[in-house]
Amino acid sequence: MTSEIRYKTVNKIAGPLLFVERVDNIGYNEMVEITLGNGETRTGQVLDTRKGMAIVQVFGSTTGLDTVNTSVKFRGEIARIPVSDEMIGRVFNGLGEPLDGMSSVVSNEKVEIIGNAINPYSREEPSEFIQTGISTIDGMNTLVRGQKLPIFSGSGLPHNKIAAQIARQAKVLSSSEGFSIVFGAMGITSEEANFFIEEFRKTGSLMRSVLFLNLASSPSMERIILPRVALTAAEYLAYEKDMHVLVILTDMTNYCESLREVSAAREEVPGRRGYPGYMYTDLSTIYERAGKIRGRNGSITQLPILSMPSDDMTHPIPDLTGYITEGQVFVSRELHRRGIYPPINVLPSLSRLMNQGIGKGRTREDHRGVADQLYSAYGRGTDLKSLSAIVGTEALGKEDRLYLNFASLFEEKFVNQGFNEDRTIEKTLDIGWDVLSTLPEREMKRVKREFIERYGKWRK
Amino acid sequence: MGKILRVAGPVVIAEEIENARMYDVVRVGDLGLLGEIIGMEREKATIQVYEDTSGIRPGENIESTGKPLSVVLAPGLLSSIYDGVQRPLDVIRAQGGDFIQRGIYPTPVDMKKKWKFTPTIKKGDKVSPGDIVGIVKETSLIDHRIMVPLGIEGTVETIEDGEFTPLQTVGTVLTKSGIKEIPMGQEWPVRKPRPVKNKLPPEIPLVTGQRVIDSFFPVAKGGTVAVPGPFGSGKTVVQHQLAKWADSEVVVYDGCGERGNEMTEILTTFPELVDPKTGKPIMERTVLIANTSNMPVAAREASIYTGVTIAEYFRDMGYNVAIMADSTSRWAEALREISGRLEEMPGEEGYPAYLGRRIAEFYERSGNATVLSSGNRNGSVTIIGAVSPPGGDTSEPVSQNTLRVTRVFWALDASLAQRRHFPSINWLNSYSLYSQELGNWFNKNVKEDWYSSYQESMSILEKEAELQEVAQLVGYDALPENEKEVLNIAKSLREDFLQQSAFDETDTYCSLKKQYLMLKSILRMDEFEKYAVSKGIAVSELDTLAFKEKLSRFKEVKEESIDAYYESLIKEMETEIKGRVDKQ
Repeated sequence: MTSEIRYKTVNKIAGPLLFVERVDNIGYNEMVEITLGNGETRTGQVLDTRKGMAIVQVFGSTTGLDTVNTSVKFRGEIARIPVSDEMIGRVFNGLGEPLDGMSSVVSNEKVEIIGNAINPYSREEPSEFIQTGISTIDGMNTLVRGQKLPIFSGSGLPHNKIAAQIARQAKVLSSSEGFSIVFGAMGITSEEANFFIEEFRKTGSLMRSVLFLNLASSPSMERIILPRVALTAAEYLAYEKDMHVLVILTDMTNYCESLREVSAAREEVPGRRGYPGYMYTDLSTIYERAGKIRGRNGSITQLPILSMPSDDMTHPIPDLTGYITEGQVFVSRELHRRGIYPPINVLPSLSRLMNQGIGKGRTREDHRGVADQLYSAYGRGTDLKSLSAIVGTEALGKEDRLYLNFASLFEEKFVNQGFNEDRTIEKTLDIGWDVLSTLPEREMKRVKREFIERYGKWRK
Repeated sequence: MGKILRVAGPVVIAEEIENARMYDVVRVGDLGLLGEIIGMEREKATIQVYEDTSGIRPGENIESTGKPLSVVLAPGLLSSIYDGVQRPLDVIRAQGGDFIQRGIYPTPVDMKKKWKFTPTIKKGDKVSPGDIVGIVKETSLIDHRIMVPLGIEGTVETIEDGEFTPLQTVGTVLTKSGIKEIPMGQEWPVRKPRPVKNKLPPEIPLVTGQRVIDSFFPVAKGGTVAVPGPFGSGKTVVQHQLAKWADSEVVVYDGCGERGNEMTEILTTFPELVDPKTGKPIMERTVLIANTSNMPVAAREASIYTGVTIAEYFRDMGYNVAIMADSTSRWAEALREISGRLEEMPGEEGYPAYLGRRIAEFYERSGNATVLSSGNRNGSVTIIGAVSPPGGDTSEPVSQNTLRVTRVFWALDASLAQRRHFPSINWLNSYSLYSQELGNWFNKNVKEDWYSSYQESMSILEKEAELQEVAQLVGYDALPENEKEVLNIAKSLREDFLQQSAFDETDTYCSLKKQYLMLKSILRMDEFEKYAVSKGIAVSELDTLAFKEKLSRFKEVKEESIDAYYESLIKEMETEIKGRVDKQ
């Protein structure tokens, strides 16, 4: 309805925000087309609308915008992208525009990118075990289809390798069908992006992938909209095309930085460390788009990557993420320094949906017990490690020394594995029993008697 | 007709709404979205909208319904799943598909469904507010008791036996101001506590079947609990366990700003779980409220009031009700978000200055009470509120304000959780102010030395903490044997008693008797070991005795064989330890 009217009434530009005056009843969240004096165009979205005034957030930079020549057109609709199968195998920017030199996606189906919440009543409980071939994940923090499991990492740590390995090896045992990948890159370097693209190409999954790239050099405001565009594409593939989609979003920290930038420009009351008070809600509208829906075949599994500023898990970004996601995989600098790959510290890691995916008929009947036993033994071992640093190994009791030894063995044999090593779940559990057998059998309080007899390695 | 002036997220400002009053519900825009007036300034009203406001424009219409935000309290509530403003999510799905569409407002209960109503009073009886006039058998577990609404007092004129829809009239009463109708159900504004005659001191425990809770930090029916903990410390599992096993007759589970998949888990598992006492699916006594984190934030703010009002309604019928709010921090954040949009002066960490008052008001709706009626009927509302402090640091405002008003504190500990010690309730930091009073109840109803066993165990665990500090300095081997023995017993208390698996079909629920026997067997072991140590036996030798394994497997023993197991365990303990001493 506001189709052809262009406003040249920009009165103020602050950070990524445009204040447009004397407008006529603009809808909240409506999309905006901004034309510069030289004919260039940018995209934006309405953040606040009142009688005669609208505040527009510009995606992309505000370089070259002015208050005289810039004109603004309100599209009268909220953000949508066209979706179709043709998106598969292609590369887009954060707004869903092609970056690979080919034409735009043509489709009658245009979908709102701010998806409505999945009705909790419509969800299906995720319960299909995904074998990633990585022991620390499969054995102790099992991933299931429809889960959102972030990788908590830090700068300089091999989280990209881990994510790529998961993407390459992930499979559901009951079917031969692989995962399609939707990859959303926010503010990462072109080197990192190339690593992923190369990995996807090598394994052939590029043919089943959709890539959305916003590199470190691209406009930072695009990052706010990118995960939503990527998830809209993922939802289309999962729920309309019955695909199992693995969504990798990296780096969520950059997303939150952009969120803070907008909030500061709007002069909102800041929450912790300057991040807006609504960051929890905002992040949840991204993470909660993972899941399965009853009666539909596809699924969305999310693997967001975030780098914790100064490895601090209590920083608002990992903290709020952890409260929304169903667990986390924690990448440890200490293990990495010791040359262990993947340097996943299982103690602060967690998969909340693990129980639904494991056990008899899914993985193996002893899975729960072995995982719990490994956890408690490794926990005790690492405690003793710090204790022995103070009092010396000699002052420890005999049993304590066994636990100390167990902790090192666990890291070398169970945690440590090759970048190309794809372990089956049986293999993972057997290694678990191997390392546990260095402890006295009577310490196995977490495992049922019958499983110790069936799988334990003491009497042989 | 009012007009919208401004839209910013969930907050809308409008002018010239006819008969606008604070906290009245309005319909916003052409879609007729539900909203609530939360501020007024001259002819302008500030409205929080319970749905996404995308596409809403200034100039659209707005209209007041003239009523505050209310819930429908009538047969059909049990086993329902609602959003924060009591919209039934199953009906929304049927009408709008798998994703929640805007502007769909089905009635909270099926208004066409007929329920069999059996009167319990007759013509000529005197009734006053709260009196039960009849029964609807709502589920196989719960009778829905139909009550005389507030403000009606007099003599029954008519009362019918038959089938009625939820809000239909079942009888009439001749009052001083003429004939008044008694409907099956009622409506009640969520922000207003339902009145009771008087509140009573809580003195009966809410039995949860969780050892660390019942034996160490019990909560009374009608009490309040705060469960703070960082993410991954097992808050939700504790809440789920209580919803499953606590011996309240009705459970309201409020998933407030939490994960969608967790609600799905409840929806999948609860219909399959049976109540240990009645053998009926526990879903039949449960009302679910699911306003997940990605659903509109204003409805999240309303959700805990919706939940507690439903809980109060069942309390008024004379039931013991428990409400789990997971998590109150998300509710507080919703308050903060709306307060921020209103540009109110922020208090601590950006939360509004009235945060403490709102938290206290919410918890004050709990309690054991003589409910409104001409007789003497009791009911209770127990509130168990999860708190999610940022970074696990409980010095933040929501935790602090909650601790001021709650009487039980279960401190969830991330380092215990990392070691897979579940439930990861830290025994040194947690407390229950009901311990003493409920101790008397346990002594009377389970075993006379229940409370002293608890005190003894607690002092062993406290001693352990001290000794561990010493051991850190001098090394474990340097401790004298009698102190090693204390550490040994404490370890057994932690591993064989406090740890309890929510996922093991036997261990998930532990009866009071079994709890007592398990604790007692550890304390008996303490006596025997002390004796052995006094005779010069090393603690490390005692560790290799066979009964230890039997003790650690006590958890897996089925309820019917606990007595025999306990007897034989104590016998083996005695023979083995004495045998070891004699051999020397």
